[in-house]
Amino acid sequence: MALYSDKVMDHFQNPRNVGKIEDADGIGEVGNAKCGDIMRMYIKVSDGVITDCKFNTFGCGSAIATSSMATELIKGKPIEEALELSNKAVVEALDGLPAYKLHCSVLAEEAVKAAVKDYYDKNGIAYDPEMFNNLEDCEHCHE
Amino acid sequence: MFVYADNAATTCVSRAAIDAMLPYLLEDYGNPSSLYAFGQKAQEALQEARETVAKCIGATPREIYFTSGGSEADNQAIVSAARVGARHGKKHLISTKFEHHAVLHTLKKLEKEGFEVTLLDVHEDGVVRLEDVEAAIRPDTCLVTVMFANNEIGTTQPIREIGALCREKGIPFHTDAVQAAGHMPIDVVDMNIDMLSMSGHKFHAPKGVGVLYARKNMPLVNIIEGGAQERGKRAGTENVAGIVALAAALKESCEHMEENTAKIIPMRDKLFAELSKIPHSKINGSLEHHVPGTVNMCFEGIEGESLLLLLDRDGICASSGSACTSGSLDPSHVLLSIGLPHEVAHGSLRLSIGEYNSMDEIDHIIEVVPKVVEYLRSISPVWDELEKGTRPHLI
Repeated sequence: MALYSDKVMDHFQNPRNVGKIEDADGIGEVGNAKCGDIMRMYIKVSDGVITDCKFNTFGCGSAIATSSMATELIKGKPIEEALELSNKAVVEALDGLPAYKLHCSVLAEEAVKAAVKDYYDKNGIAYDPEMFNNLEDCEHCHE
Repeated sequence: MFVYADNAATTCVSRAAIDAMLPYLLEDYGNPSSLYAFGQKAQEALQEARETVAKCIGATPREIYFTSGGSEADNQAIVSAARVGARHGKKHLISTKFEHHAVLHTLKKLEKEGFEVTLLDVHEDGVVRLEDVEAAIRPDTCLVTVMFANNEIGTTQPIREIGALCREKGIPFHTDAVQAAGHMPIDVVDMNIDMLSMSGHKFHAPKGVGVLYARKNMPLVNIIEGGAQERGKRAGTENVAGIVALAAALKESCEHMEENTAKIIPMRDKLFAELSKIPHSKINGSLEHHVPGTVNMCFEGIEGESLLLLLDRDGICASSGSACTSGSLDPSHVLLSIGLPHEVAHGSLRLSIGEYNSMDEIDHIIEVVPKVVEYLRSISPVWDELEKGTRPHLI
């Protein structure tokens, strides 16, 4: 069996929404170069809806694929829905990931949340800080 | 185009090896331990293989023990020296930081049993210093084990000098020569080597067969108990066909070594020259002390696994020392041992070429690698920061 599913390979080789948004409303960056993966997520928001979303990723094949899939899953969705995106949903949409690559999907989920948090901060929108509790720590560095 | 550029991982089996082994699978398949002539035919094949291998490294046939591969040979050499040392109250072993895991994990196991291990620095060039070995030697040192050539970066070590030092101090000296055997001249007498490991599949024999050379009177402890094969030092019915193939492959590699090296070096040098043109790249390990076919480089701002997957799409088989490819959270211990920061080590690429490669294939690699590096950098937030100057370039 191949290391990755066809879907992962497709999203890795033909990533969707790769790039930057120069006038992004929110930018989130998670991960650590020392650990070998960093994701940066850009979002454009209009009337509470994520109208555009792009990413840049330094990392392995699954890091790139999960970033790509995460952008697809949140693009066009209301912010509240994007915040509900779980790493599990990203993994399922990719037809699975090897167990030792699951942390990449966690990073993708966190990148989305970090971008939303940045949007909230920039626009003075109140939120429950509890929602973004885990973002400061790169879990994978502390395992 | 398909390009196999991972010969340090494994090699194709040569025609000579296949031709040599087939009769022992199809016709003369007897057990070498059987008394009848049919079995003795296999025994003779083993003896002949033993003589061939011995000749290739300047040993005598009685000093050659066939094993399942390089890892087993490393385990047996190290454990033997440790057990014998312990009997004399000597429980200190010396090795290097960038050995293969077959050596490092065996040493780790011994440490848990109460042995002490000193792992020598290999400096930025990936070469052990003789004075460091000398300084580490203690009255209770029972083994020095230093690899002949490193598997990731290809640097070679001052084996003859370390051997002479150990001989002078009366300490057994083992070398893991898995990456060197069949590719570089080895003479165990001239190089003062007491024990040496090699693995057939690194020089065009099949996987699953290797050799432990142990100098006459070097005591060996069994790793595998059972029958009296290999002069009682390694139980289990011999892998006759594999052993015959190993001998044939080693003989062929040694006989054509000069010619192979002359073919490989220009290909390797072209890779170094052309891939070094990629900005913020770095060649890992000394080029002065180097096996012929190994090229190891880092490209800043990208990660190795994605690099390998994209090279694979373009038909190129290579390897990397990034965390994702090592299956752990840290990049390769070899790259860290030569002082590379984690960030840089994640972006490593190893291309290992052999005499079966062609210059056309090298040109294909040279065409593809820069494009892939450029693409991955274009989507990398790390590269973005490096270029903006918000993150300092490390290479």
